[in-house]
Amino acid sequence: MDFFAEVLEFFADGANWVGRTGILNRTLEHVGLSAFSMAVASLIAIPPALFLGHTGRGGLFAVSVVNIGRAVPSFAIVALALPVSIKLGLGLGFWPTFLALVALALPPMFTNTYTGIREVDPGTVEAARGMGMTGWEVLSDIEMPLASPVILAAVRVAAVQVVATATLGALVAWGGLGRYIIDGFSQGDNVEVFVGGVLVALLAVATQLLLGWVERRAIPAGLRGINVAGPGRVEPARQVA
Amino acid sequence: MILAQLEGQPLVRWDWVADHLDDIWAATKEHLVLTGIALGVGLILSLALSLLAIRYRRTYTPITWITGILYTIPSLALFSILVPITGLSVLTAEIGLVGYTLLILIRNIVAGIDGVDPAIKEAAIGMGYTRRRMLLQIEVPLALPVIIAGVRIASVTTIGLVTVAALIGKGGLGFFILQGLRRFFTTEIVVGAVMSVALAVAIDVLLVLAQQALTPWVRAKATV
Repeated sequence: MDFFAEVLEFFADGANWVGRTGILNRTLEHVGLSAFSMAVASLIAIPPALFLGHTGRGGLFAVSVVNIGRAVPSFAIVALALPVSIKLGLGLGFWPTFLALVALALPPMFTNTYTGIREVDPGTVEAARGMGMTGWEVLSDIEMPLASPVILAAVRVAAVQVVATATLGALVAWGGLGRYIIDGFSQGDNVEVFVGGVLVALLAVATQLLLGWVERRAIPAGLRGINVAGPGRVEPARQVA
Repeated sequence: MILAQLEGQPLVRWDWVADHLDDIWAATKEHLVLTGIALGVGLILSLALSLLAIRYRRTYTPITWITGILYTIPSLALFSILVPITGLSVLTAEIGLVGYTLLILIRNIVAGIDGVDPAIKEAAIGMGYTRRRMLLQIEVPLALPVIIAGVRIASVTTIGLVTVAALIGKGGLGFFILQGLRRFFTTEIVVGAVMSVALAVAIDVLLVLAQQALTPWVRAKATV
């Protein structure tokens, strides 16, 4: 088990943790860009999804968006973001990765938010209108809180996908934890490849668990203990990246 | 300098495509084979695990928990963890690809079989069906639309993931995407991406047709 001894040595060596190419900085880059991309994608995807879900328009569009999104491999999105970024004069590294991550996060967030709003019990919405609530009040006080578990799940699902795909940013000359994998491959250094794989896997699982926890904490008090969409609630549409 | 090279070129150079039809066809075949093996093995494993979960309910939670964690691990990370153990091989690619089909398939198989109307099962028992005959002749056929919905998601997902396996040298059409990135040649990136999407759509259409032929009593529904 020479190999695993070398892996342990890699982790034990303090020099591998610090500096620009150290584990700490690579993790920070990875988390930072993922969070930034998610923030931008949320701002683009969620408001129109809320509006369309509220008005009930655009159902076919919502379904198609996620299906098309699923068919385009995340690897292809990253690769295609490169010429786009260069055409826009944004160059290599950060921008193509950012563009790819935003493009990747949009479909699941849009569709799942839309579905979440649509699935709110029409009887409740009707009752709210009957009480004289305006359309805006219905959306902000009734539909959004009731759909919040689904919307938060959508954010989690997209975030896991974004963290996973940020790894591929190393192929367009960006940093992040993918550097270990891509550099390891090109240098034939399996220890580095393995270390990168473990770190990315841990980060993805941590993202999933952390956002799952946030999700449970953020559910409105009135909904706790009730499974809003029934016991067989399906996970929002998502894919591995 | 390299960037200038990218700026000057058209999105797709059709002469390159015309010169490389053989390579594209070979990569498409490799892509299909990798996808087919993953789906076949994944389906067999999922059926076995689903039957276990249905017979012994308590195993369902741990099964979905473990396959769920597997599903969360990014494909490139999983390949990277496997490479030191199983090398740059088809085996490495397939372990990952099969792993990612499990969660989707098991969920849909169990949900499909659970969804069979209890009255129908009761009628079957009343008619003297054994457990095995009921499973094969009643439950599985009635669950087929939900099972095929799972196979559709799994196949689209797998076709996408095969492209990532290009990084470990077994990527079918992903090879072109990787080559295009390395040489700053957009034609190859577009060919890899478009062909892979086309493959996903084609397989999806075939699966919808298969479902309509196998279960003429239901209409295929769009899955989200």
